Amino acid sequence: MSRPENTLPPDLFYNDTEALKYTTSSRIQKIQSSMTHRALQLLQLKSPSLLLDIGCGSGLSGEILSAPSSAGTPGGPHIWIGLDISSSMLGIALEKEVEGDLFLADAGQGVPFRAGTFDAAISISAIQWLCNAESSSESASGRLSRFFNGLYASLRRGGRAVCQFYPKNDTQKTMVSSAAVRAGFGAGLLEDDPGTKNAKTYLVLTVGGGELDG
Amino acid sequence: MKLLTLNFLTCAIKTCKTSPSSFPLHPQDSELEIVEADINVLFLRNMLPRLMWNELRLIVNELGLPSLPETAPDASSLLETKLQVPEGDTTGLNIEKIEVPSQVAKDLHRVLLETCIREGKLVCGNCGHEYKVMEGVANFLLPGHLV
Ligand SMILES: [Zn+2]
Repeated sequence: MSRPENTLPPDLFYNDTEALKYTTSSRIQKIQSSMTHRALQLLQLKSPSLLLDIGCGSGLSGEILSAPSSAGTPGGPHIWIGLDISSSMLGIALEKEVEGDLFLADAGQGVPFRAGTFDAAISISAIQWLCNAESSSESASGRLSRFFNGLYASLRRGGRAVCQFYPKNDTQKTMVSSAAVRAGFGAGLLEDDPGTKNAKTYLVLTVGGGELDG
Repeated sequence: MKLLTLNFLTCAIKTCKTSPSSFPLHPQDSELEIVEADINVLFLRNMLPRLMWNELRLIVNELGLPSLPETAPDASSLLETKLQVPEGDTTGLNIEKIEVPSQVAKDLHRVLLETCIREGKLVCGNCGHEYKVMEGVANFLLPGHLV
């Protein structure tokens, strides 16, 4: 199967049919949910927090963020704000009446929140999309740098971000993590089930200068 | 879109980043709705130091909602002690003290988390760019030359 991000920008790929397919596939839902729980474990939130969900799609991760700690969401329930470039995906999120606020936005254009807004950010299977430029006027590195600079500024000191993504190869993996470091983040790449077809890459980002007390 | 979110949102246009008038964005032609949500005092307490209170008051006035107090509430005013008879106690002799959200917390919760902009637009005070809000979703996609 060709990787969707190689063929079309996400706003065109996730048209209504694809968006519905993505959201109703129970296999995808299960994987998405387990990756969200893994990301939450890495975020180590201890109390109800304000979170940014980059590439929130139809709100599969958001529903977990909105759940109380008694339902397995550490520090929950959290309040979240989701960005997605696909209006079809956001349409499904609206139908599900998710609790987060939704934005039709391209993370490659930046993160339009004032400094120190979020306690933490989460992104599941989205930021590989930033690596493809959609027109000759923008470059992948420009998109990555606008995203990470904006994300860095919008997190409070001591905040964290965890981005699970599907790098196409090692070059792309390095390109993404070095863009995060250039923006000021402390960055680590974590791989679950490396070398298998279930390999998952998590970019764990920290903002220095404050206590991570949730 | 919750008023909480509006208290953190800025204009997305690069040249506005450094201008203080790009925050807050000003709602226009707004249709508001109340979306009920469970109150979460721990969350409110977490958010209090991060709120821009004067800007929140300004937006509340622009929306024609009842004015907010001049200063932000203190974290200690979010809970109050209530006396109650435990469930199942028919004697009424074993009164216990419990902490419950105060009216201050309920009012704050109502304005920040339950008052939502459903339709309308958000206008940047610096560049005049208008961001449309439809069904509560704001469109922040920018044409390439504004990025
Ligand atoms: Zn502006």
